Amino acid sequence: MKFFAFIFLAMISGLASAAEPSSSGLSDTLEERVKPCIICHRDADRIDRDAYFPRIAGKPAGYLFNQLRNFRDGRRYYQPMAILLENMSDEYMREIAEYFAAQPYAYLEPVVPALTPDEIKSVETLMYSGDPERDLPACSACHGEKLMGVQPTIPGLLGLPHAYLAAQFGGWRNGGIMRGQIPDCMSEIAKKLTQEEVNALVQWLPGLPVSGQSTGADALTPELAQRCRTILSGKEVTR
Amino acid sequence: MRNLSEARLTSIWRIIVCVAGGLLSLVQMASAQPLTDSDTEQVRRGEYLARAGNCMGCHTTRGGEPYAGGRKLNTPFGQFVTPNITPDKETGIGSWSGEDFWQALHYGKSKDGRNLYPAFPYTEYTKVTRPDADAIFAYLRSLPPIAQTNPPHKINPPYDNQALLYLWRKWYFNEGVYQPDKSKSDEWNRGNYLVQGLGHCNACHTPRNVWGASQDDQLTGGKIMGSYWYAPSLISPLEAGVSEWPVEDIVELLSTGINSHAVTSGSMATIVRQSLQYLSDYDIRSIAVYLQSLGEKKGDAKAPRKARKMPEQVRQYLALGQEVYEKHCQDCHGQSGEGIPKIYPPLAGNRNVTMSPPLNTIRNVLYGGYPPATAGNPRPHGMPPYQHFIRDTEIAQVVSYIRNAWGNRGSLVSPEDVDNSRGSEF
Ligand code: HEC
Ligand code: HEC
Ligand code: HEC
Ligand code: HEC
Ligand code: HEC
Repeated sequence: MKFFAFIFLAMISGLASAAEPSSSGLSDTLEERVKPCIICHRDADRIDRDAYFPRIAGKPAGYLFNQLRNFRDGRRYYQPMAILLENMSDEYMREIAEYFAAQPYAYLEPVVPALTPDEIKSVETLMYSGDPERDLPACSACHGEKLMGVQPTIPGLLGLPHAYLAAQFGGWRNGGIMRGQIPDCMSEIAKKLTQEEVNALVQWLPGLPVSGQSTGADALTPELAQRCRTILSGKEVTR
Repeated sequence: MRNLSEARLTSIWRIIVCVAGGLLSLVQMASAQPLTDSDTEQVRRGEYLARAGNCMGCHTTRGGEPYAGGRKLNTPFGQFVTPNITPDKETGIGSWSGEDFWQALHYGKSKDGRNLYPAFPYTEYTKVTRPDADAIFAYLRSLPPIAQTNPPHKINPPYDNQALLYLWRKWYFNEGVYQPDKSKSDEWNRGNYLVQGLGHCNACHTPRNVWGASQDDQLTGGKIMGSYWYAPSLISPLEAGVSEWPVEDIVELLSTGINSHAVTSGSMATIVRQSLQYLSDYDIRSIAVYLQSLGEKKGDAKAPRKARKMPEQVRQYLALGQEVYEKHCQDCHGQSGEGIPKIYPPLAGNRNVTMSPPLNTIRNVLYGGYPPATAGNPRPHGMPPYQHFIRDTEIAQVVSYIRNAWGNRGSLVSPEDVDNSRGSEF
């Protein structure tokens, strides 16, 4: 309703200053420009636990930008977003990524996972210690101690719906075109996990409350940064 | 690559010219410019012309290497895969001569003599002059060679038959460089050359629409390329004919993707982003002048049907559509469909909305979209996709409503129409 009043004002002022739309207060915000996104990536106060749509508010800008480019350039597959982004420029997408990165995110009520104590223990080991025998670093080594992500290219893992998480792991493990033809650190890691481990961790993650900030850029060890170099370098792609 | 001595030569030339002034200019003209200069000039011109022909749009996959091909064009005749036209010797056209290239662009024949399919719009490129073709070739040769082998076409029978293609060519393909019409202005001729030739507008806006000729368009571009969208007639004022628009409005739409009363979407938005936004002021104006001359005036067109009194059932159907409109659309497009100029297109009095096939309007609602990001409109506003949020019955209702509200008149749309309008290249 508030918004409708906005439009109304904009239209009145539009009439007054004929053909001078850029002067209407309505038009010149990014909030207005990303309305098509909000229909799926809800407003913070309307977020839907069961939806497939991932939270994007508050994720690192570089990560969001990489994903937008992936969707537009066919390296990550989701038809509705590919159509929306088809005729966007890199500059505009970067601006949109920065907008969402700066948005506050909703603090969801966590969903208590239906896991046995043993399963929980093994997930926690993966999360915070990893498994040197399989050359699996701790998830937290890359995604930050609080799992809230590392600037500018590593996303946080909290506040994501279970169905979405399961789909991402499915994509990495089956290869496919999801998230790049070039294998990256995350697909390599996902392939080393057992299906049981994946099932457990996609239930466990939504059980944690979203809190804290993403960590600064220097938090990654050189060894880990090397593993993810194709992503971290933000490989320039021509169109 | 220019080497040092050539560069120095050029600057020596400049100094001599400066010192000796006009007197030397005759000498300079007689002794040819250093080769590299005219070469780079030709390459630069070729780059521009390749933009105007949008060669890259087809010969590049999403996110792939420019001009290395591999893009899949899905058509009712099967799937065409564009070839690699970088100067790679093995997988591209690195071993082609200027004459081979001319054979392809002008006659639609590959280096090995094979007839090419008109999914490659040589049916329009045949109008391109030899010097322009040579410039495009020089530009393509200046690109880094990319070794990339692309998968073969998957053409449905009987279209995979070369003999059929031979017959089709005999019947429909008119080879020949554009001949200027001396009775018309230079601008008009330039526009005609770009629209009918290099710009290959006809590949989507079928010849039937542009020339009003009622050809049997079995294999013409309209069906080949516009298979998901309807490319409206550039003649009819009820569709995309622009005879009644000021030239400035046409220029604005084609170069920025939007103006106060219209917006490009779907495959036309892509053409604006990839090609038209880069054209020079003179060229885009020429296109506008030509398009303006092409259109029928409103008076020539069939008089719109007399508005009959609406049966009660129809009124009820539209009332349901109005509810959907008020809930989902009104915020942006306004209570009376007036929109906000250059931000949210008006729906009242909008031909794209009332046009006879409702295909594009349904697609706008199903898939949403942003107009192209261009230098003139770098941060466009967008429309949400409703495919997952409104059921087909409601989409049918709201589309029927906007086609008949605020003085608009258009046929009603059914949920089956909505379902039949689905599909995308993604
Ligand atoms: C029709 C619903 C829909 C719309 C509209 C939409 N998205 Fe998405 N978005 C999704 C879904 C679903 C995914 C997850 C896709 C997948 O499975 O990888 C996603 C993924 C993303 C991601 C990656 C998130 C991550 O954590 O990896 C970003 C960034 C994003 N969207 C941004 C946008 C922006 C910006 C817009 C508007 C221009 C937009 N989306 C419009 C549904 C939508
Ligand atoms: C070596 C560093 C590294 C490690 C270790 C790592 N990740 Fe990742 N992860 C990444 C990177 C980089 C991305 C971003 C991928 C992209 O840009 O497509 C990512 C993305 C993700 C995403 C996608 C989030 C979204 O919003 O779509 C999930 C989920 C994820 N990782 C889970 C995990 C889990 C669970 C573990 C532990 C088992 C783990 N990661 C370990 C580097 C790592
Ligand atoms: C609408 C899409 C489209 C556009 C635009 C387009 N092409 Fe093509 N081109 C194709 C397709 C498809 C083929 C393959 C035809 C075949 O194999 O029968 C092709 C074939 C060719 C060939 C023949 C290659 C060979 O190996 O035989 C050349 C050369 C070529 N194109 C150059 C160009 C140039 C130059 C331009 C711009 C002026 C251009 N194309 C624009 C779709 C396109
Ligand atoms: C790839 C197919 C394609 C090509 C090539 C193409 N068009 Fe279009 N054009 C369309 C479609 C589809 C529409 C309808 C969608 C829309 O209104 O934007 C359209 C719409 C238009 C409109 C009406 C726009 C409006 O909103 O009123 C004009 C004018 C136009 N085209 C001119 C041209 C010109 C000039 C060229 C050549 C330089 C061209 N088109 C090349 C597909 C194409
Ligand atoms: C957030 C603002 C917004 C909302 C809400 C919205 N639209 Fe749009 N609409 C736009 C924009 C922006 C465009 C131009 C999109 C493009 O060029 O692809 C557009 C384009 C259209 C077009 C094509 C107009 C043309 O000239 O080609 C139609 C039809 C349309 N909208 C109908 C609707 C209907 C019906 C609804 C409700 C179900 C709706 N819109 C909701 C912003 C909006």
